[in-house]
Amino acid sequence: MVDAALQSPSIAGSGRRRFALRAAMRRKSTIAFLMTLPLILLIALLVLYPAIYSIRLATLNKSMERFVGFGNFLFLFKRETFWMVVQQSCIFAITAVIFKALIGFVVAHFVHNIPARGQRKWRGMLLVPWVIPPAMSCLAWLWLFDPSYSAFNWILDLFNIGPVPWTGEAYWARFSVILVNIWIGAPFFMIMYLAALKSVPEQLYEAAEIDGANWWQRLWYVTLPMMRNIMAITALFSLIVTFANFDIVRILTAGGPIDKTHVFATWAFRVGIEGGDIPLGASVSLFMVPILTVAAIFILRDINRRASEMS
Amino acid sequence: MTAASVSSAMVPPRARKSRSTSRDRRWALRWSYFFLTVFAIFFLMPPLYMLITSLKTSAEISAATNPWWVHHPTLGNYVELLTSPQFLTYFRNSALVSLIVVALTMLISVPAAFALSRMRFWGSVILATGVFLTYLIPETLLFIPLFKMFALVNEYTGIELINRWWVLLLLYPTLTVPFCTWIMIGYFASIPKELDEAALMDGANYRQILTRVFIPVALPGLIAATIFAFTVSWAQFLYPLAFTTSADQLVLPVGIITSLIKGDVFNWGQIMTGALLGAAPPLIIYAFLMDYYIAGLTAGATKG
Repeated sequence: MVDAALQSPSIAGSGRRRFALRAAMRRKSTIAFLMTLPLILLIALLVLYPAIYSIRLATLNKSMERFVGFGNFLFLFKRETFWMVVQQSCIFAITAVIFKALIGFVVAHFVHNIPARGQRKWRGMLLVPWVIPPAMSCLAWLWLFDPSYSAFNWILDLFNIGPVPWTGEAYWARFSVILVNIWIGAPFFMIMYLAALKSVPEQLYEAAEIDGANWWQRLWYVTLPMMRNIMAITALFSLIVTFANFDIVRILTAGGPIDKTHVFATWAFRVGIEGGDIPLGASVSLFMVPILTVAAIFILRDINRRASEMS
Repeated sequence: MTAASVSSAMVPPRARKSRSTSRDRRWALRWSYFFLTVFAIFFLMPPLYMLITSLKTSAEISAATNPWWVHHPTLGNYVELLTSPQFLTYFRNSALVSLIVVALTMLISVPAAFALSRMRFWGSVILATGVFLTYLIPETLLFIPLFKMFALVNEYTGIELINRWWVLLLLYPTLTVPFCTWIMIGYFASIPKELDEAALMDGANYRQILTRVFIPVALPGLIAATIFAFTVSWAQFLYPLAFTTSADQLVLPVGIITSLIKGDVFNWGQIMTGALLGAAPPLIIYAFLMDYYIAGLTAGATKG
């Protein structure tokens, strides 16, 4: 009875079933498309379109009435400030990422070294700079760097050093913005590296120890190869974020003294929004694209490789 | 005999060695604590200094005494800020923007992540990659064309978008949605296929699978994504700085910087109080949901 009941609709509907299946398939993809539609619209209208539009903008003159081709770029190439911004952006991003990675690596090791029950507390404390909104913590740094009331200079004064012009002199100002960037970003590296350290199987260290490897060799032949992937991808992520950074320089120095600390983002803001030359600002920010593309390609390659390894 | 002599010769050095490694470990531990303390001082000093300054009066700040100590602690700055209608407006704007953006982000990214991870359709793989790529596009690249676009919208339709706090509701999702979709794809993909097949067998439709199976199972990921969306919208500085100007439209970070810094007169006690109050919501969330916060942080680069 049960058999018959199960069979009869399947026989009767065998022709219709294929049709129904196809309809269901079509319905499934329609549903899926509708579910992703808001995402597609958001990305298309507010990310992709403006990205392309900025290329169009970069080819217009200041009043945006006339097409000037590469005029804006040629104008930039002739300006000394532009080359200073290029140089400063690269110094800023590369130095900051290197030191963030180094400090993150070292701190991650220290946290990993201590007994497991204490790790949570330390990790929690050390991540605080990453949690505070950068605009807010930069205000604290600005106050710590204050020309006349600097709390750092007060300490240095105890040792008869100083007063250090933290944001007043070009080289010190460059140092200061990088220092603050490291302060904000190093905890992120620490967390990523700590996660990577935890994923290295303990047996590998035991095996290395039995083979007589010293501390340095264990680090070089076990830890680093196992962490290489996460280290690379964290550094690339950070490179993108640091290179495109705005908040820190804007609040600490606003590009000064005499434009010496401007990076692409802050200079684009100064020229485009505050100076009212939107096409020139768009051209400036477009110069971030090449390095961002390179970093993105490497990240994507890594992710695709891992995806294919997993499946 | 040889065996015995070998073993007796072997034992002492090994014992000595293990004792020395245990002493090494103890020293390594001490050094670890020492350096961790040094780094903790470095990492916690600015927020601590915010707190110290926020408890001082203007008179005490300008008297050049030890800046690292509060001689006459006062809550005057807090009282003044929390009763100032201007500051409360900033706070309200920030809270409104962040909460609505979180809701919008979740409404957009959770269904999209579900469709992209489970319902293969034409272009779904490319779209998933595209979502990730948009996450890598920084806001500093987009704010100028967006500014111009919104100005043009005003020209053609008469809708004023610049200098309205709610315009941030359009802008912030471009920062939060790609990342949240991306980590939700990762969390959804880790749910075993058998689970939704079983639900399908029981006659559940896709909406039911999503709400009854996926969302409960991937709840940790959902919480991580929510925290991320909130902290990003709360902390965003560039978009409000470029798109809003008048005092009643500002959000907290920009409000503190533009209104408390008046020309050359820096009222540092109030600025630090404002900064601390502005940092408080993310810090409180972090204090209570640290594990989710960290899970979201590491998921971005390690999942997928």
